[in-house]
Amino acid sequence: MAGTPALLVATRKGAFILKGDRSRRSWKVSAPIQLGHIIHHIVQDPRAPRELLMSTSTGHLGPTMLRSQDKGRTWKEVPKPPAFPKAAEGQKAHVLNHSFWLTPGHASEPGVWYAGASPQGLFRSEDGGNSWESVRGLNEHPEYSQWMGDVPNGTPDGPKLHSVLVDPRDRNHLYVGMSSGGVHESLDRGATWKALVNGMEVVGGFDASKLYMHDPHCLYYCPSNPDRLYQQNHCGIYRLDRPGEEWVRIGNNMPKKVGDVGFPIVVHPRDDKVAWVFPMDGSGVWPRTSPDGRPAAYVTKNGGAKWQRQDKGLPRKDAWWTVKRQAMCGDARDPVGLYFGTTSGEIWASRNEGAKWKCIAQHLPEIYAVQVAQL
Amino acid sequence: MRVTIPSPLFSYTNRREVVAQGATLAAVLLDLERQFPGLRFRMVDEQDQLRPHMRVFLGSSEMRDLAAPLDPAATLHIVQALSGG
Repeated sequence: MAGTPALLVATRKGAFILKGDRSRRSWKVSAPIQLGHIIHHIVQDPRAPRELLMSTSTGHLGPTMLRSQDKGRTWKEVPKPPAFPKAAEGQKAHVLNHSFWLTPGHASEPGVWYAGASPQGLFRSEDGGNSWESVRGLNEHPEYSQWMGDVPNGTPDGPKLHSVLVDPRDRNHLYVGMSSGGVHESLDRGATWKALVNGMEVVGGFDASKLYMHDPHCLYYCPSNPDRLYQQNHCGIYRLDRPGEEWVRIGNNMPKKVGDVGFPIVVHPRDDKVAWVFPMDGSGVWPRTSPDGRPAAYVTKNGGAKWQRQDKGLPRKDAWWTVKRQAMCGDARDPVGLYFGTTSGEIWASRNEGAKWKCIAQHLPEIYAVQVAQL
Repeated sequence: MRVTIPSPLFSYTNRREVVAQGATLAAVLLDLERQFPGLRFRMVDEQDQLRPHMRVFLGSSEMRDLAAPLDPAATLHIVQALSGG
């Protein structure tokens, strides 16, 4: 995509767009968009780059979706945002709290989008986000309640479906992650689903055969090799090479003092051996802050056999923030640019694949998501 | 009937007070949706329940039942609940 390097930043109190120069050295933060609204995710449509979608839910008000058709200059509420179907009498009723995750559909399907929801649910639009339908194969799956548990046992911000992945070779081939609920795969565009949790560990002492015990935090395939998946889980970092079905805990190769707990994972756009994570403290009561107050990314360049600390330019101590699962991303340039946003409202960038970091924005509200765009 | 609108919904109505028709709260909310598309789903979820922090008063009496009849001479107040923050 041509255009100016940009970051679409979703925060607890509004959206912001950062625009960079071509060298990605200098960044300018926009005025707030939808100030005061909770913004969950903002994503550009790679098939129609002038178009962006924004998922929002606002304090007292119900969730909705905004669409821009002019690269984020103006936004308009969509006529029919995602919503669960009205339940028949006697059926369990689901109420959408918010759309958490947005994924553009396959390149061959312009206008198709997917939205992952809280509580767990999947929705599809076929008209650029204007109207959304429930993906019934998942939302009405007979084992839905067994995947999620009878009492939603999700994250402190609510249980959610995330990491909606569309195979670039096959528009019918989808993956999703659910916190909780595990990783699931569909080969028929969401009509039927199969769990992919073998090898994934659960919290000690519990039964890994129960899908509701599984808590993938974030997963991506490698654009250069969509058969290789990387996953940051509540219980470690994993890799899966399809058609295999057994996740391998590559996080066991992380330094023991740091551990392999975190939210985000980023994969290299051209090299399937390279991925980045941003570890957090999963000890005791799970502070979810940087271990020892010393934030760092970790990169593997060999598929997870070894990990290397990347903290140059980051605070050396006393930094107690968290990087959420949608708040770290990479661009497609060479060398790859990496970006992450913190719960303390800072955005950090690296122009050299994590070798050195620079703070490019601060004093923003708590950051929920950072997404690369070209505007 | 007269309906007062809380500030978070001004982006739909552009004013603090509007007029809507209907014999029940459900009907008034549908008329508001007709006039101000998108407003209803911010107030009422897909199972036709008022959202947890939305309150509606007919005069000084709180309403939770969307099927309840309305006195067209009264004023309907849509209020954001004080939720501890």
